[in-house]
Amino acid sequence: MKKLTFQGGVHPVYHKEITQDLSITPLPIPKQVTMILHQNIGAPPEPLVAVGDHVKRGQKIADTKAFVSAPLHASISGKVIALENRLSPIGKEVPALIIESDGKDTPYEGLKPYPDLGDMDAAAIRKAMREGGLVGMGGAMFPSHVKVAVPEGKSIETVIINGSECEGYLTCDHRLMLEWTDDVIYGIRALLKAAGAQRAYIGVEANKPDAIEKLREKLALLDSGEEIEVKTLAIKYPQGAEKQLLKTLTGREVPSGGLPIDVGCLVQNVGTVATLARYLRTGMPLVERVVTVSGSAVKNPGNFLVRIGTSFSYLLEHCGIMGEPKKLISGGPLMGVAQITAEVPVLKGTSGILLFDASDVPAGNARPCVRCGKCVDVCPVYLLPLYLMDYTLKGMLNRAKEYHILDCIECGSCSYICPSRRPLVQTIRLGKADVLARQRKNNNG
Amino acid sequence: MLGAVVSLSALGLIFGGLLGYAAKVFAVETDNRAEAIKELLPGANCGACGFPGCNALAEAIAKGEADICACPVGGQGVAQKVAEIMGTSVDMETTAEIAPLKARLICRGGKEECGQIAEYDGLPDCRAANMYASGGRACSYACLGFGNCERICPFGAIHMDENRLPVIDLNKCTGCRKCVEACPKGILTLLPETVGIYVACNSNAPAREVTSACKVGCIACRICEKACPFDAIHVKDNLAVIDYEKCRQCGICVKKCPRNIIIDGRIKKAQAV
Repeated sequence: MKKLTFQGGVHPVYHKEITQDLSITPLPIPKQVTMILHQNIGAPPEPLVAVGDHVKRGQKIADTKAFVSAPLHASISGKVIALENRLSPIGKEVPALIIESDGKDTPYEGLKPYPDLGDMDAAAIRKAMREGGLVGMGGAMFPSHVKVAVPEGKSIETVIINGSECEGYLTCDHRLMLEWTDDVIYGIRALLKAAGAQRAYIGVEANKPDAIEKLREKLALLDSGEEIEVKTLAIKYPQGAEKQLLKTLTGREVPSGGLPIDVGCLVQNVGTVATLARYLRTGMPLVERVVTVSGSAVKNPGNFLVRIGTSFSYLLEHCGIMGEPKKLISGGPLMGVAQITAEVPVLKGTSGILLFDASDVPAGNARPCVRCGKCVDVCPVYLLPLYLMDYTLKGMLNRAKEYHILDCIECGSCSYICPSRRPLVQTIRLGKADVLARQRKNNNG
Repeated sequence: MLGAVVSLSALGLIFGGLLGYAAKVFAVETDNRAEAIKELLPGANCGACGFPGCNALAEAIAKGEADICACPVGGQGVAQKVAEIMGTSVDMETTAEIAPLKARLICRGGKEECGQIAEYDGLPDCRAANMYASGGRACSYACLGFGNCERICPFGAIHMDENRLPVIDLNKCTGCRKCVEACPKGILTLLPETVGIYVACNSNAPAREVTSACKVGCIACRICEKACPFDAIHVKDNLAVIDYEKCRQCGICVKKCPRNIIIDGRIKKAQAV
C-alpha cells in the first residue's frame, strides 16, 4: 500500500530502536516536585493553595477563570514548601509551587470516575476536559477543551489523532499506543462525542507496525458505531506537525494564519486522548505522563511513567549517565530545547529527555549560503528559508512578512539539511518575534 | 556627412528647448530651507527624532511640523543653526534639557567576572541567547556579550572588548537610544552627560545568588546608603538606586562600594568635545 505523506520534509536517523521495545515503567515517586504554574499556552493560572498547606495527589492547586487555560493538579501528596520562581525547560524563570512528598502518595478524596460515555453529553465531556487539566501533550500544551469548543458557523467533521511521533529518539507515544490501546480508543470516542464528529483517523508512521496492528485489532472489536480508522504514514519529519498531518490525511490545507477548525478538523495527540480516557475512567487528572529518556550518554534508557514536576536530574540519576554528557535536550532532537541545567521539572508537554555526549553534538561554524535551494525543497510550508534568514538579518521585516515568515512552523528541517550549517530556523524564529513585535507596536499606536 | 551633423544638431536644439521649457512650466517648488537644514543635521539617519531619517526631519522642520530642537543627536548647536535658517530663536532653557544624553552600561559582568553555567552554541545574537535561559550566563541580568549594541550603533561609538562587554566611546555617543532599544537585557541606559555617577549593576537577585554568580554584582549591603551625605542612594529590591534629584556627585559612594560597582564616569574636561 502506498504510504501517505506531504510535500517536503527530511529523513533524519531516528534511533528509535534504543527504547521502542522497552515497556512503560512507573518511576519511583520523587521526594520533591516543582509544579510550574503556567503549563498551558493560554492564561497563567493562579495558585489555589498557600505555602504550608498539605495537598493530595490529584488536588487542584492552580486555576483561573480565563477560558483559554487549564488548571494544574498536585502530582504527589505532601506539603507545599514554597512558591517561587524556578527555571522551566522552556528557558525562562517562572512561578512554581514546590511540593515536598509525605511518602504516602494519598489520592485526593473528591475524585470520582465519570459515568460511561453513553451517559455523558458533549458539554459534560468538554467540561471534564478542562477539569482534568488536559493540554496538548505532544509539546505545545494547548488547552484541549478549547479545541473542541467549536465557534458558531463552524463544525468539526474529522478528528485526527496524531500518533506519528516523527521526532527521533522519542518512543513514548509508540509505547502508549501499544500498552494503553484501550485508553487511546476510549479517548478518541470521548473526543468524537465532545466535538460532535463521526469520523476519526489515527495517523501512525510506518516504523511502528506493531502499534498499527494492535490498534486495528482492537478497533475491529469496536461495536459502538464510530468510524475510526488507522492510517499508515510515510516515515518522514515533520509528519506529525499539525497542518502537515491534516493535509496528509484529508487533503485539506489550513489557510495561512488559520487553524484546523477552519477546514473542519481537529488534531489531537495520541497521548492526550489516552490521558483523557484515564481521567474519565478513574477521575485522576493529568498528574503523570510517559517520558522517553534516551541519547548516547544515558546508561539505561527507557520509557517512564513520570509525575509532572519531577526534575530531569532525578530521572537521569535513575537511568544513569555514561561517558561525558555534552548536551541535554527537553523534547525531540529537532524541535526540543537545549537545557542549561538538569534542575528543571517535567512539564505536561515534556515528551522526552535526551542526553548526548560530544560525538552527537556537531561542531563547526556557519559558512556562506551557496544557494543550493535545499532548504526550499524541504520546507513543509513552502517557504524560502534562505531569504527569510537574510531579511531578518538585514532588518527587512516588511519583506519577511510578505514572504510569510509567520507561517513558519519552526520544524528545523531547513537547518538540518543546510550543507553550509547555516542557523536558518534559529534566525527565522528571531525574525518572527520581530515581525510580531512590530505588528503589536503598529496596532497600539 | 554634413547632413547628419546638421540634423543631429537641429534635433539637439529642439529637444533642449523642449526640456528647458518643461523645466520652467512643470517646476516642482522646493523649500530651500529644507535643503539647508539637511546639510546641518548629522546625516546618520539614526531615527532618534522619530522621523525616518535626517531628510524627512529636515522637511518636517521646514514645513513647521517638527520642532527646531527635534534632533537629539545634534543638540543645542544644531538647534541654534536651524533656528537661524528658520528665522526664529532657540529658548536656551528648554534646549538645555535636550542637551547631550550618553549611553551607559549598567553591568560589569564580563566573561571574567560572571561565568557560564552552560556553553552556548546557538546564534551569536543577544536576543537569541536571551530566549534560552540567558544563554547560560550565571547571572540572568548580565550582559550577554554578543554585541547587538555594537552592530546597531550608527555612530560607531560601541565596541565589544575582550572581556565581552561593550565599551562606549562617550565622545562619539550621541544619545540616539538605538542601543538602549536593542539590548534585550535593558542594561544600557541614557544618562545626561553631566551625570557621571551611576550603579553599574542591574541585578535584583538576592545577595546569595549574586555572590555565587558574579564578582561585581550589587549585594545590597547598604554601605553606600549609609555613606551618602545627601540621602541620595537607596537599596531597592536588592539593588542600589541613585536618586539624581538629590545626588550631588560627591563620589563618596564610589569609594565606599566594596564591590566597586558604583562608577564615576564623569567626562573629563579635556576629553569633552
